[in-house]
Amino acid sequence: MSTPEKKAPSNMDELLDGLWKQNPIFVMVLGMCPTLAVTVSAINSISMGLATTFVLAASCLLVSLLRNAIPKEVRIASFIVIIATFVTVVDYAIQAISLDLYEALGAYIKLIVANCILLGRAEAHAAKTPPIPATLNAFGMGIGFTIGLLAIGGVREILGAGKLFGISLFGPHFQPWVVMVLPPGGFFVLACWLIVFAWFKQNKANKSKPQQGCHTTPTTEGSRA
Amino acid sequence: MSKIELRAAPHVHAPRSVENIMFNVVLALMPICIFSVWQYGLSSAVLIVTVTATCLATERFFSKASGKGNTLADWSATITGLLLALTLPPSFPLWMGAVAGFAAIALGKALFGGLGFNPFNPALVGRAFVQAAFPSTIASFVPAFAQQRFTSFVPSTWTAPLMIPTDNTGWIKDAAVDAFTGATPLGRWKFENFTYTTHDFLSGAVTASAGETSAILILLCGGYLALRKFMDWRIPVAVVGSAALLAWILHLAVPGRYPEPLFVVLSGGLMLGAVFMATDMATSPVTPLGIWIYGALIGVLTVVIRYFGGLTEGVMYAILIANAASPLIEQFTQPRAYGTAKTDTAGGAK
Repeated sequence: MSTPEKKAPSNMDELLDGLWKQNPIFVMVLGMCPTLAVTVSAINSISMGLATTFVLAASCLLVSLLRNAIPKEVRIASFIVIIATFVTVVDYAIQAISLDLYEALGAYIKLIVANCILLGRAEAHAAKTPPIPATLNAFGMGIGFTIGLLAIGGVREILGAGKLFGISLFGPHFQPWVVMVLPPGGFFVLACWLIVFAWFKQNKANKSKPQQGCHTTPTTEGSRA
Repeated sequence: MSKIELRAAPHVHAPRSVENIMFNVVLALMPICIFSVWQYGLSSAVLIVTVTATCLATERFFSKASGKGNTLADWSATITGLLLALTLPPSFPLWMGAVAGFAAIALGKALFGGLGFNPFNPALVGRAFVQAAFPSTIASFVPAFAQQRFTSFVPSTWTAPLMIPTDNTGWIKDAAVDAFTGATPLGRWKFENFTYTTHDFLSGAVTASAGETSAILILLCGGYLALRKFMDWRIPVAVVGSAALLAWILHLAVPGRYPEPLFVVLSGGLMLGAVFMATDMATSPVTPLGIWIYGALIGVLTVVIRYFGGLTEGVMYAILIANAASPLIEQFTQPRAYGTAKTDTAGGAK
C-alpha cells in the first residue's frame, strides 16, 4: 500500500512521511471528527495531538510485533482491542494530569479509538511492516496530526479569543470573532488550510514537471471512517 | 478571405455578455448607494468604498493565484461588494467590513471556483460570516439623517483593526434625532410590539442597514433591470408576493400579534434581497416553474424566520437556504423537451 513500487523506504522517510507528504489532516483528510471538534484552542489541539500520537505509535508497535500472530479473519477486531487499550491508558493519564483539560476534551479522548487514522495506519502500514519502521511511521503521522491540529487550533484561538496558549495577544479591547469558537469556524479554518496546501502542491507540481500534469497524491490509503 | 461570409442562424445577436449585464446591475445599484450616503453620511460612504475595495482585492488575489487572469473586468466582484456594504449597518467598523468583503469573495466564491460556480450568493455569505462572527456589532445601528452626518464620522467606523467597536452613544446624542432606540423596525416589532407607518419606510426615515431603507428606490432600480431584461422579474414578485400572502393570512388569523402584510414587505432587507440578491443568476433556478417555487420559498422562509425564529431578520438565511435548494428545484421542474415522450419527466429525460 505505502509506496510498493519503490525500494523499501528508509526509516527517515517513514518518519517524515506523515509530517508533510501524507499529512493525515491536510493530505489524507482523515480524523476529521477531533480536527473539527477540539481545535478551539491551541492547548486543546496539542493535547489531543500528543494523546493521539502516543496511541498511534504504541498501537502500531504492538500491531507490528503481533502481525504474524493475528489471524487475517479477526485482524480488525484485534487492532481495535489494541488501540482501545492504549486509549484507556491515555484517558486515565490525562484525567490524572489535568482535570480541566480532561473536561475540555470531553468524549473526544475516548473517541480516539474511532479515529480512522489509527485503524488506517494499523491496517495499511503496521500490519505489513517490521516494528521499527512501523513505529517511526506512526510517530511521524501522529506529529503530523498534531501540527495540523495546532495550525487550526492556533488560528481559531487567535481570532476567537485573541489569545495563543492562553496568553492575550491584542490587549483587553480585542473583539472576539464568535464564529471561530463555534463549529463553523472549524470548517472555515480547515477549508482555508486545505486551499493553502492544495495551492502549494499545485505550484510545486507545475514547477517540477509540467508534462506530468496533475499528479495525485495517494489520498485513499487506509480506510476512511 | 472571401467577401461573402456564410454563417448559420441566428443572424441577429443581442450584444449581451456577462460584463454587460453585470455593469448594468452596478449602474442600478448606484442610486441606492447614493441614497444611503445621503441618509447616513460619511460613514456609509467609506463603508461602501472599503467593502467594495476589499472584494476587488480579494478577487484579484484569487484570480491571480488560480491563474485565471484578471476577472475584475466582469464587474461581479463590484456587485458583491456594493450589495454586501448595503446590507451592513452604516456604523459598521471598517475593519469588520473588510473581513466581510474578504469572506464574501474567498469563502463564497473563490473556494468554489469563481463566478458561476458559487452555489450561494457571495454577498450574503460574507454577511452571514460577520453575522456569526460579530453578532452584537451587526445589530447596532445609528439614526438616519443625523445632522452632523456630513461633518463627522460615526466613531465606530474608524475602530482599530481587531478591536471592540468604539462607543457611539455621544455621537447619537449629538444627532438630535428624537426618540432613537437603536433597534430596527423589525426589532422593535419583535421585542416592543411597535409598528412604523408606511410613510417612514417609503421615505427611508427608519433605522436600518445602509441600503435597505427606501423601498421605492429599490423598486425603481429593480424595474430598470427587469425592463431591460437583465433580471428575472418573476423572482422578486414571487418573493414579495408569497411573503405578503403568508403575512396577510397570519395577520387575519391573529391580528393583534402579527403585523400587516405591508409592514413585512417594506421592513428589513426584504426588498433589497428580493430584487438584487435572490435574482443572482448563478444561484437561482432557470426553469419557469422552478423560479416561482424558489421565490415563494424565500418569501415563506423570511416570514417564518421573522415570526417564529430567534432572529429579527430572516431574508439573508431565507435566500441562502433557497440557494442551496435551487439545484434540487431545477431537477424537479425540468420541462419536457419538445418532441420527447410525455411520460418521461423530472430529469429522467436525457
